[in-house]
Amino acid sequence: MRLFHVKHFDVIVIGGGHAGTEAAAASARVGAETLLISLRRDGIGVMSCNPAIGGLGKGHLVREIDAMDGIMGLAADRAGIQYRLLNRRKGPAVQGPRAQADRKLYRTAIQDILGREERLTILEGEVVALIQDGGRASGVELADGVKIQGLSVILTAGTFLNGIIHVGDQKRPGGRVGDSPSIRLAEQLADLDLARGRLKTGTPPRLDGKTIRWDLLESQPGDDDPVVFSFLNRAPQVRQIACGITHTNERTHEIIRQNLSRSAMYGGHIEGVGPRYCPSIEDKVVRFADKLSHQVFLEPEGLDDDTVYPNGISTSLPQDVQHDYVRSILGLEDVRITQPGYAIEYDYFDPRGLDLSLQVKRNSGLYFAGQINGTTGYEEAAAQGLVAGLNAAFSALGQQPLHFSRAQSYIGVMVDDLTSRGVTEPYRMFTSRAEYRLTLRADNADQRLTPVGLSRGCIRDVRRIAFESKRLSLLAAEDMLDRSVFLPRELAEVGITLSQDGAKRSALSVMAFPDVTLDQIVRLVPEFATFPPEVQAQTAIDALYAQYLSRQHDEATALRREEAAVIPEGFIYHGLPGLSAELSAKLSRLRPSSLAQASRIEGMTPAALTLILAHIRKTRRAVAVQ
Amino acid sequence: MDTIFALASARGKAGVAVIRLSGPSAHWAVAQFCALPPVRQAALRRLVWNGEVLDEALVLLFAEGASFTGEPSAELQLHGSSAVVTSVLRVLSGLEGLRLAEAGEFTRRALENGRLDLAQVEGLADLIDAETEAQRRQAMRVFSGALGRRVEAWRLDLVRAAALIEATIDFADEDVPVDVTPEVRALIEKLLAALRTELAGAKAAERVRDGFEVAIVGLPNAGKSTLLNALAGREAAITSEVAGTTRDVIEVRMDISGLSVTLLDTAGLRESSDVVERIGVERGLARARAADLRVFLQTAPDEVMMLEPEMDDIVVLGKADTTGGVDRAVSGKTGVGIDRLVGEIAERLEARAASAGLLIRERQRIAMQRAVLGLEAALDRLKLATVMPELVAADLRISLRALEMMVGRIDVENLLDEIFSSFCIGK
Repeated sequence: MRLFHVKHFDVIVIGGGHAGTEAAAASARVGAETLLISLRRDGIGVMSCNPAIGGLGKGHLVREIDAMDGIMGLAADRAGIQYRLLNRRKGPAVQGPRAQADRKLYRTAIQDILGREERLTILEGEVVALIQDGGRASGVELADGVKIQGLSVILTAGTFLNGIIHVGDQKRPGGRVGDSPSIRLAEQLADLDLARGRLKTGTPPRLDGKTIRWDLLESQPGDDDPVVFSFLNRAPQVRQIACGITHTNERTHEIIRQNLSRSAMYGGHIEGVGPRYCPSIEDKVVRFADKLSHQVFLEPEGLDDDTVYPNGISTSLPQDVQHDYVRSILGLEDVRITQPGYAIEYDYFDPRGLDLSLQVKRNSGLYFAGQINGTTGYEEAAAQGLVAGLNAAFSALGQQPLHFSRAQSYIGVMVDDLTSRGVTEPYRMFTSRAEYRLTLRADNADQRLTPVGLSRGCIRDVRRIAFESKRLSLLAAEDMLDRSVFLPRELAEVGITLSQDGAKRSALSVMAFPDVTLDQIVRLVPEFATFPPEVQAQTAIDALYAQYLSRQHDEATALRREEAAVIPEGFIYHGLPGLSAELSAKLSRLRPSSLAQASRIEGMTPAALTLILAHIRKTRRAVAVQ
Repeated sequence: MDTIFALASARGKAGVAVIRLSGPSAHWAVAQFCALPPVRQAALRRLVWNGEVLDEALVLLFAEGASFTGEPSAELQLHGSSAVVTSVLRVLSGLEGLRLAEAGEFTRRALENGRLDLAQVEGLADLIDAETEAQRRQAMRVFSGALGRRVEAWRLDLVRAAALIEATIDFADEDVPVDVTPEVRALIEKLLAALRTELAGAKAAERVRDGFEVAIVGLPNAGKSTLLNALAGREAAITSEVAGTTRDVIEVRMDISGLSVTLLDTAGLRESSDVVERIGVERGLARARAADLRVFLQTAPDEVMMLEPEMDDIVVLGKADTTGGVDRAVSGKTGVGIDRLVGEIAERLEARAASAGLLIRERQRIAMQRAVLGLEAALDRLKLATVMPELVAADLRISLRALEMMVGRIDVENLLDEIFSSFCIGK
């Protein structure tokens, strides 16, 4: 990290949350002089909500960020205090790594990693305005009047826009609204004429772990063989702990029901839309009235921190009600609440105003990442940070943008979902959002994305060497199994019974059967055991899905071709002969950025797509002629 | 990339019907029927599938880079009978990597491969306008009709089944029911039954449009050709006292109580040492089996033939002029029993036409078949000891996409809606 001595940067990142830190690291990594501006230096890398990283879909995102040599996975591994691979009993394509993270260790790790980044400068300060130059962002102005020039600006403002915090019928401004200096920035953003929406999210009360009767509660330890996040790591780096599990009961529900009108949500104080997958305890009691009990995970926030995060009971009830209902739960009879739960409402910008680089369409040079785009979750924020950081840097350095395909990554699925469909609730990643789920796995994120990173100069030597050695190993392992063929009789000797048709089968094809174990394969081909465990495992997974992968491959190829057919910004649909008025109106409103996005618009016909394609080609040729 | 095919000429009766194929497997697909001619050289080829001659056709191949689409392409110029065209299309749709083209898709590929010049692009508008309109109308017919409602009901069941599976995958850590298998299985079995019924009906519906085939079968010299001529009201087949006169299948198109019917006169069924006659018998048998209805013309009661009558088939005693006025006897010569026979044929075909499902288009039939295959695969997977839900989900998605083709898109949001309204997600 350098001292702040220049006032001209390639990329300026506003905000030091998960989106901002990942964006700053990515930008600096590919060679752009980068400035990260945060209100408080010690607030950089703070986990503001639950103390966990990863999960289903989310763990996939962390792996993909890591495959691009990003920082979230590395920091999470330095802070992971309880690792669990979700869906361990289901197929590997839908397994997602997750870990409880020690808040302090995580924050320290992020700050340490950023501190080592050569082209990155960190500045404590408050941005009050964007400097614009002919409709293009060209820098920022700080509260103390200092102006800093930047070729690209990334805004990761989180929930600062019109944030309101609700506890029962009490409300107060949250985020930074009301701070007079930020009004100019808010006004400037309003001038961009981007559609806005309002969302809400909630947190549970925090508990003092010393006052929990742990002895009464079920304990949930981590996995015996922890699966870590980064492809560069093999094992957890700090002491591992267990979480506790308890349940709400009918008395809890009764207390909540009797006080519903005092909840901010049910008292009519909140207009924002909350996520359906993360309902408050009030919501659960009302919407699933026949359920007499709900699970509550008691998650310690750190190794030397007594604070416990009770996952599953977020609320906007008044403090006294929170106190009562929490104490009605087994093990929490004498618990002390250290900080009440609350709901927060905030504005977001409709991400359909962004292109696939997460650049504001109407203001080139300005990028948005994270909650400001209507998403929720650390991992979703960081993944957007990566996309915005890379592209802001590439733009500043005069290089081609890097767009992620739906066919290649969860990152691509998310960016495409956001920019083509917008959001109606805080957007969270699910594996079911990915059409090519069997291909987009956590175990092969490096195989999918590290080559992309290498070609764009964002992978450092340590990872490049590790990646190349793994890749060669994978090829050799697959080749070895493919060349080793066995008679049904020989297979039966190790316990693999297939039809006795006398046909020889390769060890690789035998691996495709779900009940065949790695152990059996090693008995058939003893030299296979010499490959590293992750290489053995991935060879087995590839073999297991081989039949489906080839089918998905063809579809994915077609999708990528449609994604490559970019519809220029400003393309005029109106009056295109052959296009119905209805479709033309829809297209003009939604402004798909590629033929692939256009094809997902309701009512779209293959013929209309052909027509659009024809006119893109025509326009391009006309430009070429000029 | 898929290889696409479609009937390039207008549907219905015509002298020549042209089927066009384009894509990486186009030449391979043609090679499944006949020996490939050199590219850009038309050749007359017999199209044989499973030992059966489908038609004699003019076959033309185009190499990659030297075709309308720019891809390896082929054209089959067939005889314009809808039965022939349907059978070739059906065989093609069953080949690996091949599918029926979307409207405008050949043009689209030509465009993507840079095979159209600017003037041609301008000219596209009219064509696409027409195609878009045709698609819109077709979609509307499906949407607003009884089929639309039925598909919508299937869709809801399928979304429910998929959502149950997805919920166990995406919310493994939450309070969702662990074993959703029984409900998913029940839903799939219900859907399979409904789709299979609709598919069986689909065949009849297609027949309403393309016509039914009725084969006359019997021993040599039973008077089949005479009967055909009497039914057709003209000398369509050569008749003689010599057994085995009819060696090829003779087709006569006629109208029976408003239904389009193709009568088939087949070679008399007997073992023969004559090579030509033997081929004729085999071909006759194949066509008779594939026909919608068979009229068995006996020379004596309790006669045993190489072909067994099926449940709905008609059995009559022939040559009533010589055997005397037995009940159920007909004579092509005198016309005895002909009206009654026509009445019986009409009755049976009308019953089938009435049971015809609403699936008219081949595309819809293919889509439904694909949906059935996906459901079957999913069901098989659910029966395994180790259930891999991501693979069940993959199979269900294939089915969903197939139904989607019939009534418009289904979105992951539908699955999420179902999950969030059914389960209390969120710890």
